[in-house]
Amino acid sequence: METDQLIRTLAADNAHRARPVGFVLALALLAAVPVSAAMFFAELGVRPDVMTAMRNPFFDLKFAVTLALAIPAIAISLHLSRPEASLHGWAWLLLIPAGLLVIGTASEMMMPQRLPMMTRLVGTNSRTCLTAIPLMSLPLLAAALVGLRHGAPTRPAVAGAIAGLLSAGLAATLYASHCTDDSPLFVATWYTIATAPVTAIGAVAGSRVLRF
Amino acid sequence: MRERDEEWTDLMRLAVSGDSAAYHRLLKAVTPVLRAAARRGLARAGQPVDQSEDIVQDILLAVHLKRHTWDANAPFAPWLFAIARNKLIDSLRRRGRRVFVNIDDFAETIPGEPAAETAPASEVAAQLQSLPARQRDVLQSIAVDSASIKETAAKFAMSEGAVRVALHRGLASLTAKLREQ
Repeated sequence: METDQLIRTLAADNAHRARPVGFVLALALLAAVPVSAAMFFAELGVRPDVMTAMRNPFFDLKFAVTLALAIPAIAISLHLSRPEASLHGWAWLLLIPAGLLVIGTASEMMMPQRLPMMTRLVGTNSRTCLTAIPLMSLPLLAAALVGLRHGAPTRPAVAGAIAGLLSAGLAATLYASHCTDDSPLFVATWYTIATAPVTAIGAVAGSRVLRF
Repeated sequence: MRERDEEWTDLMRLAVSGDSAAYHRLLKAVTPVLRAAARRGLARAGQPVDQSEDIVQDILLAVHLKRHTWDANAPFAPWLFAIARNKLIDSLRRRGRRVFVNIDDFAETIPGEPAAETAPASEVAAQLQSLPARQRDVLQSIAVDSASIKETAAKFAMSEGAVRVALHRGLASLTAKLREQ
């Protein structure tokens, strides 16, 4: 086919309007959230003392941290779905959850504690945390990749890694309502370790499926 | 250069608002620039430069199918060159060489030599044959026989809407096949 013929054909298809990437990503995530939520309620469920726990600022901080990861990651992944975009000027958003954890840990240090530091860090749920967060992330990660495929990321591995962070952030938000370990030290340690493999899977999957 | 970029951006805005003639003009205008950059990339990778037309068509298809990721408030050229650079690197890799493409290759390119020195593109045409019959017929009618959507609809006793759907799906599956090859 001559290039002129191809150009004429493309112009004939100009009336076709694709949905914005944000719309497709939102739709995909909305479809996946019930799947992850079903996994959560089937296996874990909200902790029984949740009403009391909500009065503990360190319990609430867990949600601030996980959402401070998920929401900027959504914004960054949408930004990266444009071909000319780079992480430059956006990456600092990912420091927000880390900053919150530093502040949380410092304030916990200043309070009188019943338990020694290592006990708070090790906690009682680390194994559940390390399995539940990655497993609940997977449907969300798949959905995020489907949404981002609609875009044109020229750094597919980076975009995939950010998709991993966003899905781990959302999964961790669910998990946080089950976990009885509220110490910021526990969150900083185990939630981070649980997020790492999801990010890596996102990067590997992204470098394959996000190429266009 | 600046003037050219502004003209492209204006044409793309018109295209997005539904002006197919402006879109046609824009694609015609960017093609020589893409071709020159593709030739330069091939030359640098030590590959025959007459292969450039396949790369140009690959870029044009990607531009078309991803144009919803262009922000109408942003200039068009950086977006176009990001897509072109990405496709060029991919094509060169597929041809077996790892190369680095400088973004300035595009920005500083002056419209290149005429297409006459270039081998005809064969990849799109080859993949066209593997499409489902309806998509292939519609694409062939519009691309090769220069029929309009209306004429194509009459020829195959389809509605114009069905022709539009087949046309778009055809272009999308063509692009997917080119990526997988």
